[in-house]
Amino acid sequence: MKITEETLLEKEGYRLHILPSKKYKTITIVAKFKAPLKREGITERALLPHVLQKATNNHPNVRSLQSAFENLYGTALSSDGSKKGENHVISFRMEVVNEAYLNDQEPILEEAVQLFNEVLFDPKTEGEGFDSSIVDREKQTLEQKITSIKDDKMSYANMRLMDHMCKDEPYALHVHGYLEDLETITSEKLYAYYKEMIAKDMLDVYVIGDMDQKAIEKLTDQYFSRKGSTNADDDQVSVTKEVKEAREVIEREEVNQGKLHLGYRTYTKFGDDDYYALQIFNGIFGGFPSSKLFMNVREKHSLAYYAASRFESHKGLLLVFSGVDPKDFDQAKSIILEQMDAMKNGDFTEDQVEETKEQVIHQLQETMDNANGMIEVLYHQMLSGAEMPANELIDNIRKVTKEQVVQMAKKIELDTIYFLTSKEGGES
Amino acid sequence: MEELVYTQLNETVYQETLDNGLKVFLLSKPEMAKTFGIFTTNYGSIDQTFTPIGKSEKVTVPEGIAHFLEHKLFEKEDRDVFQDFTRLGASANAFTSFTKTAYLFSATSQIDKNVQTLLDFVQDPYFSEESVEKEKGIIAQEIRMYDDQPDWRSFFGTIQSLYHDHPVKVDIAGTVDSIQKITKDDLYTCYETFYHPSNMVLFVAGNIEPESMMTMIRDNQVKKEFPDAPEINRSYPEEPASAAKKEHSITMPVTTAKAMVGVKENVDGLTGEELVRGELLSGMILDYYFSRSGVFYEELYKNDLIDDSFQFETELDRQFGFTILGGDSRKPDEMASRIKEMLHELKEQRISDEDFTRMKRKKIGQFMRAMNSLEFIANQFTHYHTLGTDLFEVLPIIESLTADDAEEYLQHWLKEDAITVFQVKPQANA
Repeated sequence: MKITEETLLEKEGYRLHILPSKKYKTITIVAKFKAPLKREGITERALLPHVLQKATNNHPNVRSLQSAFENLYGTALSSDGSKKGENHVISFRMEVVNEAYLNDQEPILEEAVQLFNEVLFDPKTEGEGFDSSIVDREKQTLEQKITSIKDDKMSYANMRLMDHMCKDEPYALHVHGYLEDLETITSEKLYAYYKEMIAKDMLDVYVIGDMDQKAIEKLTDQYFSRKGSTNADDDQVSVTKEVKEAREVIEREEVNQGKLHLGYRTYTKFGDDDYYALQIFNGIFGGFPSSKLFMNVREKHSLAYYAASRFESHKGLLLVFSGVDPKDFDQAKSIILEQMDAMKNGDFTEDQVEETKEQVIHQLQETMDNANGMIEVLYHQMLSGAEMPANELIDNIRKVTKEQVVQMAKKIELDTIYFLTSKEGGES
Repeated sequence: MEELVYTQLNETVYQETLDNGLKVFLLSKPEMAKTFGIFTTNYGSIDQTFTPIGKSEKVTVPEGIAHFLEHKLFEKEDRDVFQDFTRLGASANAFTSFTKTAYLFSATSQIDKNVQTLLDFVQDPYFSEESVEKEKGIIAQEIRMYDDQPDWRSFFGTIQSLYHDHPVKVDIAGTVDSIQKITKDDLYTCYETFYHPSNMVLFVAGNIEPESMMTMIRDNQVKKEFPDAPEINRSYPEEPASAAKKEHSITMPVTTAKAMVGVKENVDGLTGEELVRGELLSGMILDYYFSRSGVFYEELYKNDLIDDSFQFETELDRQFGFTILGGDSRKPDEMASRIKEMLHELKEQRISDEDFTRMKRKKIGQFMRAMNSLEFIANQFTHYHTLGTDLFEVLPIIESLTADDAEEYLQHWLKEDAITVFQVKPQANA
């Protein structure tokens, strides 16, 4: 059936996924809210997790709410927003110590789930809005976060590459939101958006750990049900853009090291038949320290400390990234392009294909040893409608042939070369 | 092979000291798909001056050499060791810290071969002039990458301001200049002195059968010859208790300033258990005031002196210790001076028993969460072992701590001249 013993239950206004596992000393509960990725509402979606985690009607300030979590053996709650192809997902993750490992075996799970419920469904309000002092302060924090993206050059270069490459596609939208939106967001407007999200977003709740299934179901029924919500999947299928001509974009900032990022289109997504060939392609090309990029850009020519590639499963992109001296731009670029040509020409061995399969399988198994990793794998599968058990997934990886990897390489097209370099960079 | 059983955690560790001095620890977690192995030498960036094995004169080697050596152990005359792990379906890596160098792999198949590969490549160095020269370009780019990272610069800048002469102030990777001086012979000198099995720990955790794994490791080691190992003679400069600089700043092209308040911690003469206890108490006290449930955090956050990036930590190790608090700030001067005042204020206060219990529960929960990670267990167990303590005994230590212990800890903490403020200021028109 599935990758693990997953019990999937359609509940009132949410889908419940129960994953029994003896691997952990904790129980992890993740709630995922999904909606189409749109310019409108993107900043609200970035702001909401911050506001919700600050106060509830029952715990009206940060200190009171955090102290309550601390008392439950430091139960951790975190949240993040991310893109899954052209959809936006807000994940709330809670991890609570399994009572069995506590000296006094105190029952803390129910209290933790109740607190989780408060954060999601009963935030602190003031009239028809959130507490305005909280919203104002969180707007400042988000503003700072948006402006300081530039301080992390690797993320910044990646964001700029997406800005250029996916200019007219929803995928280029920034998950942190936009400064110009912040001016117009009031606590009432944000609350109205929240009400809509809480009612209409597709909600999936995952519970993983060593637990009693019936007891968990009872808890989630009590604390995650959404009366009147149909929990419909308003999925936005991502558009496939044809590349007319590859572009080169050079931007300059005060940096010591240049960031060379290349964006390719793979025309293959999670759930497609040739997705497995893409995984192997990426492994040989730039996914591992044994890959062509690592061996050539770093080991052979000593141009970089890192040179690697990864692919975006739900959008059909392949991204190469490397940090090189500004003067080495031309050389590094041509070495990277040569590696892609070599892939298209089948310039790799059957042994490399076999070794890479083992690496990819190892990576998958390692991911599934981690509670959040396991949930991500299952969520991806569900979204793409390609649910299959782990052994089938592994079989499919094992079946990939060298010819299929070459075919995959030939499908991949270069879209944009982006270089973030120094103000006085020596590149041509 | 000795069994260490930890009932509450439901874990058993198997340990043995081999004839050549190597300490081996095994933890069986059959419900996991993967196995994680880490081979650590008690040698890091601060071990710059020492008497080489078989010599009588002290030498001082170039800055960044422990890290350079870590890179070079992966390269052999005929191959790159990454490829060996690749062939075995594993992923490998390594890291260098102030006090350790560690080599590690994670694998879901061919575990025995992976453990052998780990032991064999670390115990069979091959350094040549040519490969040493080649590595300089790669490491220079690694250093440049860190140069562009404001978080790293502010962390390290704070440590540099705290220490006068101690090599903890030297960047772990060295500088682009210092690594140019490294030679093949320097690498062998360091290797022979610090990579003797008696200075190393192997920890394997995951889907393993301890009995047969230990036999395999024993067989692997017995085939290799090592000289007798005299005690390693390391030396460190005299280091005053005061901070080297009261304040210091650098400019970088950042959008938001950063301010860090650093406290130099006195670790002279402390036993491993005292270091661990100090780290726990300091962590709990800082948590009480400066985590999101704390009064100080609330004040700093409301007044826009800090944001989400605010962090704090206490690290106590052999030879050095520090506490650092800070992060991005729109008002860095005000933030730093207010935090300095707060540190003095908290010294005068007592945490109530009820609140202290809450911080204990939080600490226990953090520890339990961390226990889900094989990497955490193996790394930290090794670290605690080299300090002469036991990671799994941390739980009873936390449970034994009281508000009185916290009060007593604070009485000896924080001398005015041991504090520094370090800032990263935005460049004009950045």
